Amino acid sequence: MNHKTRTSLWAWLWVIIGALYFFVPMYGTFDFSLRMIKGQISLEAYRVIIGDPLFQEAIVFSLEMAVITILISVILFVPTTYWIHLRLPKLRPVVELITLLPFIVPTIVLVFGLIRTYGGPPFSLTNTGETTNILLVGGYLVLSMPYMYRAIDVGLRSIDVRVLTEASLSLGSSWWDVILRVIVPNLRVAILSGALITFATVMGELVLADFLVRPALGPYMVEIGKDRVFEPAALTIFSFAINWAAMGLIAFFARGGTAQQITGR
Amino acid sequence: MAQSKQTPSLLSTNPSKPKSSINLSWDWLGVLPFAFFIIVFLILPSSRLITDSFQDAHGNFTLHNFVMLFEDPLIVKAYYNSIQISVVTSLIGGVLGFLVAYAITIGGAPGWVRTGLITFSGIAANFGGVPLAFAFIATVGRTGFLTALLNMAGFDIYDQGFSLYSFLGLCLAYNYFQFPLMLLTITPALESLRKEWREAASNMGASTFQYWKDIAFPILMPSILATMLLLFGSAFGAFATAQALTGGTLVLASLLIGTQIRGDTMGDANLGYALAVGMVVVMAFTIGLYALLQRQTSRWLR
Repeated sequence: MNHKTRTSLWAWLWVIIGALYFFVPMYGTFDFSLRMIKGQISLEAYRVIIGDPLFQEAIVFSLEMAVITILISVILFVPTTYWIHLRLPKLRPVVELITLLPFIVPTIVLVFGLIRTYGGPPFSLTNTGETTNILLVGGYLVLSMPYMYRAIDVGLRSIDVRVLTEASLSLGSSWWDVILRVIVPNLRVAILSGALITFATVMGELVLADFLVRPALGPYMVEIGKDRVFEPAALTIFSFAINWAAMGLIAFFARGGTAQQITGR
Repeated sequence: MAQSKQTPSLLSTNPSKPKSSINLSWDWLGVLPFAFFIIVFLILPSSRLITDSFQDAHGNFTLHNFVMLFEDPLIVKAYYNSIQISVVTSLIGGVLGFLVAYAITIGGAPGWVRTGLITFSGIAANFGGVPLAFAFIATVGRTGFLTALLNMAGFDIYDQGFSLYSFLGLCLAYNYFQFPLMLLTITPALESLRKEWREAASNMGASTFQYWKDIAFPILMPSILATMLLLFGSAFGAFATAQALTGGTLVLASLLIGTQIRGDTMGDANLGYALAVGMVVVMAFTIGLYALLQRQTSRWLR
């Protein structure tokens, strides 16, 4: 009996320490972000940020890049992963290993390599903004690949790819139909999770955009952090909110989606 | 068997076209876009750095750059600092994460605490970069919330030698994602420790300490070590938080590469490439060891 209560107290101690580690910086940042006007609580820091044309430019740019990255990522990874499940199962361990490579190549090294390889002749991709964006999106795709691939891989594992494909082909579907009307609807939850993680990754990313000198949210934050005091805290809360929203939506869809997922529609 | 024979005929447009070799070549075509993407955005950039790192300024083959990695005092210092901070934060984050994971599983914390902590961990483990630095500046920076609070209580942490913009401060910030990462990965392992093992041990007269020392820890050790390697890797490769927090006053391998990209600060471009390749080697070693240990754990835990 005595032994039991001791264990529980010990457990509570660590739960409280863990919870404090989470909440104190979060609360501290929030509190800090409200104190821009001396002596009162206000949303001034948020107002200043939202009113800053550079912020508007940065958020629009980052949103654009996120959408482009997600689209390409889905178009690239859904058919590839599906095809590997269906026809090249032997390749799966190899592809799995490849998708883990971004963990081995740190982002700072990746951007170094991209600049070194494509920055100079004959490609000279860093000469204009538009062509630099190709490198940026490519880099984002690499960074989000482990998560996107995993999400789709897990999704495909939960359905019988072979039976679904054969059934729809024998009923007269084209390959196009199989992917768009059979496989993709079955993978809705997986694709959505992958897309949300990609979104959070792109919105929070600094290194690629900074070294490729693109006006994304990350470099904007660094600039603001250099000479402002309260606005960075407001931006951090904003960034927290994006993360929370993405993670919350993933949890929400994962819970609600399983029942429908099996039936395919 | 019948099924696998049927598939090719269904899938090929021309039923009279036999031969699995033809099918095979078509199959490979399906991963071509993926292969192209990997080669363009991952393989070529990495191999460019590797080949450049084995060259001198005139393009001749040399190992000199890699020798310099161990001799240039700035580079040695950068690697030393990077490895040190990665080891320290993976140990602290590992221990803290393990204890909290213990509390919410075997420790018997209520379900809502458990769900809450795991959800927050999912967010915190992905929280990094510049916002993480800002959050800690707003909390324990010079004028931060907690600093001010402690000041009011008559305790100035900066007078006591603490600084957020130092090694210690960076450790504090890194732990914000390190220990949740540990918590997330070790919780399933703790959950799969069977109650029967504990009962069997205590039936045979083992104390709680003996149970942990002789049964639970040996079973958990590969998972714990594997996760700590993961934590090591995530701290080692980090750039943004360190840059935003220390502004480069602390020399780290990742930060040194950053200044090298901005302008050849080492005055030797090829040495910069070797520096980058060195980071990849450390990471490959870490992740490789992680994968090896991961395989070990599947013996007892699933």
